[in-house]
Amino acid sequence: MTTSSATGKREVSQNTSGYAVSLKNLNKSFGNVIAVENLNLDIPHGEFFSMLGPSGSGKTTVLRIIAGFETATDGQVILEGSDVTELAPFDRDVNTVFQDYALFPHMTIQQNVEYGLRARKIPKIECAKLASEAIESVKLTHLADRLPHQLSGGQRQRIALARALVLRPKVLLLDEPLGALDKQLREEMQVELKRIQREAGITFIFVTHDQEEAMRMSDRIAVFNAGKIEQIGAPREVYESPSSAFVASFLGVSNLISGASAKSLFGSEEMFNIRPERIKLSSEKSQLASGEHGVIAMITDVAYTGANTLYVLESESGLRLIATRLNEELPGQDIRLESGDRVLASFRKEHVAKIPNHK
Amino acid sequence: MLRFSRGSRWSLMAIVSIVLIFMYAPLLVLILNAFNERQISAWPIQEFSLKWWVVAYESEEIRAALLNSAIVAFGAMLIAMVLGSLVAFALSKYEFFGKGTVNLLVVLPIALPGVVTGVAFSNTYSNFLTPAGIQLGYFGMIVAHATFCIVMVFNNVFARLKRMNPSLQEASMDLGEGLWGTFRLVTFPQFRTAFAAGALLAFALSFDEVVVTIFTAPPGVDTLPLWILKEMARPNQASVVNVVATVVILLSLIPVYVSQRLSRTENEK
Repeated sequence: MTTSSATGKREVSQNTSGYAVSLKNLNKSFGNVIAVENLNLDIPHGEFFSMLGPSGSGKTTVLRIIAGFETATDGQVILEGSDVTELAPFDRDVNTVFQDYALFPHMTIQQNVEYGLRARKIPKIECAKLASEAIESVKLTHLADRLPHQLSGGQRQRIALARALVLRPKVLLLDEPLGALDKQLREEMQVELKRIQREAGITFIFVTHDQEEAMRMSDRIAVFNAGKIEQIGAPREVYESPSSAFVASFLGVSNLISGASAKSLFGSEEMFNIRPERIKLSSEKSQLASGEHGVIAMITDVAYTGANTLYVLESESGLRLIATRLNEELPGQDIRLESGDRVLASFRKEHVAKIPNHK
Repeated sequence: MLRFSRGSRWSLMAIVSIVLIFMYAPLLVLILNAFNERQISAWPIQEFSLKWWVVAYESEEIRAALLNSAIVAFGAMLIAMVLGSLVAFALSKYEFFGKGTVNLLVVLPIALPGVVTGVAFSNTYSNFLTPAGIQLGYFGMIVAHATFCIVMVFNNVFARLKRMNPSLQEASMDLGEGLWGTFRLVTFPQFRTAFAAGALLAFALSFDEVVVTIFTAPPGVDTLPLWILKEMARPNQASVVNVVATVVILLSLIPVYVSQRLSRTENEK
């Protein structure tokens, strides 16, 4: 069982050796700017952990503190039970895959992959052998004698991965490693990364601003906002039960309902969220089934997006909702819904998520 | 690609030719005169000979001047290599109060008129250091040269370091290499061509420096440019001067060529 909390938790568990990485009351500021605020985090062995958030939310700073490139203003970094807060990057048993890959431009691919092994004073022959195996494992043996600038983005990405993994680190840090790749390659690499992580059993800490990517690969996701973790949980958890309006709207599309609309629908002025794909549209004369909420609304906009059609709805009381419908039929063969139509938008009670951290 | 009409192409070619003629005709005259048999440079050349080459080759004075120039240029270059790259590192890596001012102060000596630098150093040495019992002599001349040579190394290294990807050094340390190893294996190879190009330019700059040298050379010490200047005052030595000048032209092609080659291989990466 992992216990972790985003904010405020002062007491820390004594036994931290069970975790690959533990961050305790971590703070980081650059001048007057607070980049990370009182962060606590425990990541167990072998987890694929994603730090998700918009740019400037502090996720990359946390990664750089774990790697040792930045020093925390306050707090502790614990790797495998030992405090490494004060250690230089070269004394930490973690490796990083950089956003721009950071391959050494004056060295061949082979030399790049051997670099870390050489630094560990491993005999030359052994270095060459291990590096060749690592390059082979990413299927780029034929490029071993090339220079990095002669490789494509995807190939460089794989070499960067091989260079880090050949050292068998306890934790691998990945700083938006797929950011520079085009969509198709990106999706291939997502599968590849997940496979490597599972096979090697290494803890991955993955920084991204792409929620789909995070959901697809991660065991758990930490959603960052303004230097704090808003929520940590499995992808399903953060999507279905977002702890704040920020989390709800950062992961997927959300319909946040509060105030008078919430009062009339749910009998409470707190904030609620309903996902667009859970809203059912039917003729305005339809009856609500038991266990359903519903509102009569007018369609103000329709957008066809391929797999789905997106509808923007507005009720008489001014509540705006977004609903999506899977296009199971060809366009036109389905029930026709057009701008200006009045419909009953209904959804099941259990599909409504109450947002707990609503101020 | 910009396309030119036939007319504008011809006029461009004409302009380029005129510019090149203005720049290189005097040099050509000088080189031809180095083979003039007569004692004074005169046009047209009546008879060609290698006589002055022999005279120049056998002259102790010229040899001493050449040696002095080489020593001074080499010394100034060494100082520039060390200090220039250190300043470049400080200014490219760290943010600190007065950074812009420091940058300006480092680059300023190249823009200062040589006569100002020369007077300033000469005054400092003779009115300040000598009374205090410090005799710099030969070394003083090297230091004076180094002030503007530093700029060459600084500019080259600074520009290169600014373009350098900072995550390379992080990657090196991340892979377990320490500070010195990171510098030796990653940082230095990234800027070594700029470093060498800057050093060569510094050497060339010092080698032909006249004004600052006049003010700072110890009595009785001539560098090659000083010797040439002195000999020019004696018109019957003109042909020897032409020989020396021709050699200097040939020698100065080497650093220019090498530094261009260096920056070209750099840009190909």
